[in-house]
Amino acid sequence: MTGWLDALIQGVLLGGLYALFAAGLSLIFGVMRLVNLAHGDLIVLAAFAILLAASKLGLDPFVAVLVALPVMFVIGLALQYVLLNRTLGRDLLPPLLVTFGLSIIIQNGLLQIFSADSQRLRSGAIETASIALGGGIAVGVVPLLTLLSAIAVIVFLNLLFYHTPLGRAFRATSDDLEVAQLMGIDVSRIFAIAMGLAFIVITIAALYLGLRANFDPTIGPARLLYAFEAVIIGGLGSFWGTLAGGIVLGMAQTIGARIDPEWQILSGHLAFLTVLVLKPRGLFPRALD
Amino acid sequence: MMDADPAKPTQAFGIDTAGRAPRLAVAAAGVILLVLVLLPAFAGRNLIQDMIFLFYMLALAQCWNLLAGYAGLMSVGQQAFVGLGGYLLFALTLLGGINPLLAIPIAGLVSALFAFPSALIVFRLRGAYFAIGTWVVAEVYRLVFAQFKALGGGTGASLAPSVTSSVPGIEWVKTLFDVRTPAARDIISYWLALALIAGTLAFVYLVLRSRRGLALGTLRDHEGAAASLGVDIYRIKLAVYVASAGMTGMVGALIYLQKARISPDSAFSVLDWTAYVIFITVIGGIGTMEGPVVGAIIFYLMQRYLADFGAAYLILLGTLGILVMLFAPRGLWGLISERYDLTLFPTRRRLVILTRDSDRGKVTAK
Repeated sequence: MTGWLDALIQGVLLGGLYALFAAGLSLIFGVMRLVNLAHGDLIVLAAFAILLAASKLGLDPFVAVLVALPVMFVIGLALQYVLLNRTLGRDLLPPLLVTFGLSIIIQNGLLQIFSADSQRLRSGAIETASIALGGGIAVGVVPLLTLLSAIAVIVFLNLLFYHTPLGRAFRATSDDLEVAQLMGIDVSRIFAIAMGLAFIVITIAALYLGLRANFDPTIGPARLLYAFEAVIIGGLGSFWGTLAGGIVLGMAQTIGARIDPEWQILSGHLAFLTVLVLKPRGLFPRALD
Repeated sequence: MMDADPAKPTQAFGIDTAGRAPRLAVAAAGVILLVLVLLPAFAGRNLIQDMIFLFYMLALAQCWNLLAGYAGLMSVGQQAFVGLGGYLLFALTLLGGINPLLAIPIAGLVSALFAFPSALIVFRLRGAYFAIGTWVVAEVYRLVFAQFKALGGGTGASLAPSVTSSVPGIEWVKTLFDVRTPAARDIISYWLALALIAGTLAFVYLVLRSRRGLALGTLRDHEGAAASLGVDIYRIKLAVYVASAGMTGMVGALIYLQKARISPDSAFSVLDWTAYVIFITVIGGIGTMEGPVVGAIIFYLMQRYLADFGAAYLILLGTLGILVMLFAPRGLWGLISERYDLTLFPTRRRLVILTRDSDRGKVTAK
């Protein structure tokens, strides 16, 4: 019984990580209806950026992430201005193909620079620290921080979207691109800022990805799938739904792993497909697209 | 009184599909096919192997083009059916003792059957979400086959030499070309691949020229308009999805008959069986039959001369794909056909104005 309860708790915590992966994807889709196939590889790229800052400057990952954040923000802005804004339009193929190409370029670029070796962000004692909950169950400090960060990111995104002028512009472009432009919104600027923000979320996700487990240049696509599954399970257009989706996915994986360690990933995918069959619009739908 | 002479249009219209150049192309295609059939008589084993690779990549690209270029189904999960076809071939020959030649069409048929439940799920997603959904389904196939212990689980399995040499005709090829068993196997695989690619091209061509092809063309150009003209969008998309899954499954079976070794990670590789195929189609020109042909030849040349550069080669390929998409969205074939008004596979219908030549009672195109 304790084992199952433990699996559930660990699943919720793992869900925090998936919600962080998904929040960036959800943000970009919400503002510009762009599905970024390079999302997972960008998370891995950010993890390598933190690793580089930590090793070159001799910083703890929690400090190195502060160096990586502005850099990633600018990369996100530039990527949107230079490349992705050109792909947006009625046709679905250009954004899909360009981000797919980007995914392959990032993967192989990282492979070229950092080799295929597994890496990890090292942060001393905090990595293995845990809090005992009694009854033989303990939660790791890093997983707990991950979940809290996910909640913080989602609270922040909700405040930004619903209580600031920038958020109003985000929602306006999302609702009706043409009318938003008529009202004087510079859409390419808004999109670039949204991508920059998404890159900040991506970098935060990358910090916890690197602290929790090993990473190498090839693991991006799997993270994209988890992020995507969390968004769809939760329902499009709702950040809290994305958190719930991440937690459902995390629990499905840990429960599957409890039955047979080889079934972890598979049971996550199956949970996603089940939700898709039973509730195609997700558990907490908001947007109609 | 009815008007005896209702207003006659001053001009008559007709639909034209095949011009003169295509008739020349048919003759050329016949010659090319003959040369390709006879190729093993004077080509070395390396060239034969390269051609097999070129053929199956082209067949996969044609299938993906039908899906994405015409039906608007941007699948990133076609590796599901390549892997399924490959694994079915292994299961049928190794566990079922069926002759590999028979196993290939069965693998195609079963892949098409598997496409129905897959479609039921992924068709709930639209556009780019459909793309990632197909990818998830392919991952599910990969993880399930990794659990299939009878075929080696996660490490995979090899075809026993007794199976690979049991393809009919090997002895005949050995005496005909005076080669050893491995080379004879390659020649048989080459002919199979040639038959498959010729069949795929003929199938896609005939579909596109049929009534359904017209519906597919409208679907490609504007989904809403197609629906308002009475095209049953769901049904036609499902038909394309299932048909291309079946063809992809057959290609997969052939690929793994030739490779004689399968593992879940290679058989369900998104890079090998989907990314390359997408780049071939897009670089060549999506939404035309000629595009994938041009793309496959370019990809083959790049693979042959640049693949040794490994990661740098893939970066180049990704960059090329992005540049083509941004600056020549209709691909290289689009540039060529725009400039020279050239068509090799006339699937496009043109409206032509006919002039009435009353003296000879004939109608000729202006």
